[in-house]
Amino acid sequence: MSLPAWRAHLRDPSFRQGARDMLGTGLGIGAWGLVTGVAMVKGGLSTPLALFMSLTVYAGSAQLAVLPLMVAGAPLWVVWLTATCVNLRFVIFSSMWRSYFAHLPRRQRMALGYFSGDVIFVGFMQRFPKPQPDPAQLPYFWGAATTNWLAWQVPSVTGIVLSNAIPLSWGLGFAGVLALLGILLSMLADRASWLATAVACTAAVATFALPLKLNILVAIAAAVTAGLVTEAGERALRRARARGAGGDA
Amino acid sequence: MNGAWLEPIVAILGLVAITLVTRAFFMIPERDLPMPDWLRRGLKYAPLAALAAVIAPELVMAQGALIQTLADARLPAVAAAAVYYFWRRGILGTIVVGMAVYLPLHIGLGW
Repeated sequence: MSLPAWRAHLRDPSFRQGARDMLGTGLGIGAWGLVTGVAMVKGGLSTPLALFMSLTVYAGSAQLAVLPLMVAGAPLWVVWLTATCVNLRFVIFSSMWRSYFAHLPRRQRMALGYFSGDVIFVGFMQRFPKPQPDPAQLPYFWGAATTNWLAWQVPSVTGIVLSNAIPLSWGLGFAGVLALLGILLSMLADRASWLATAVACTAAVATFALPLKLNILVAIAAAVTAGLVTEAGERALRRARARGAGGDA
Repeated sequence: MNGAWLEPIVAILGLVAITLVTRAFFMIPERDLPMPDWLRRGLKYAPLAALAAVIAPELVMAQGALIQTLADARLPAVAAAAVYYFWRRGILGTIVVGMAVYLPLHIGLGW
């Protein structure tokens, strides 16, 4: 993006709104980034490689998943396939990003994609639930993305540099899980979403032994099915009730 | 020796490409890819399912198996965090309350 465009974004109130919306989760993301940074060096990556990986790959869950594979010298295709599987949820998210940003040039769409993590996706969808373009969306996105990038990278780099001073046994990474938990709870709007979540939790734990973190995909497929079935069931119930009420009148 | 430093760099460059392609996937083509309506409706549940699938094993499993004890710092911490969330609806507070329960139990009692 050009410099004047950035300046215009920085002044936009939506930019600040996006930045503010990421502050709450920032603490958890930061703790998670710190732990990932420490884990990369303790896992056996050299400091320069860990810095390079953190600053370019920018994907916490994938980094943690492939780290033991890389250190053990696993074949490249195994490393890449694992990362792809862990990231497949973003493929699904990208179909929703498209309804907002399809009108932008491709290079900008790619940049938006690269910087869109889990928490940005959820914050954005709650702020703009209608899937149609709006001029406030781009500055909101960049406000949220900048904040989230800093909230992840600053602690991650700190963790890489100070890896010997921060013991992993404290369990600071749990703050990242709590941040995701808060986001998840904020998304539970109706009965169908509660049910889909319960199904996803059960499926993810039950199929945890699958390789390549495929349990996440199994959980998504099961939850989507459960959600659609619940919706269909509720529709049928409403129709039956409407018919019953009509008969009484 | 020469290959030893190159391989991780190639691995990381591949991971960068994977981050970019997976996150931008449906935004890459210029034209809309056709998608059936039921799939579009169903995908509404995908983000929360993905989050739930990432979190659930972190909460109730250790070393790849379900935990067999209630003396695990994560369980009271999550309960406290969830209660706080439904009371106040703030994510920052949810993290702080959860960690305030978790850290003393985990570091202090070794739960």
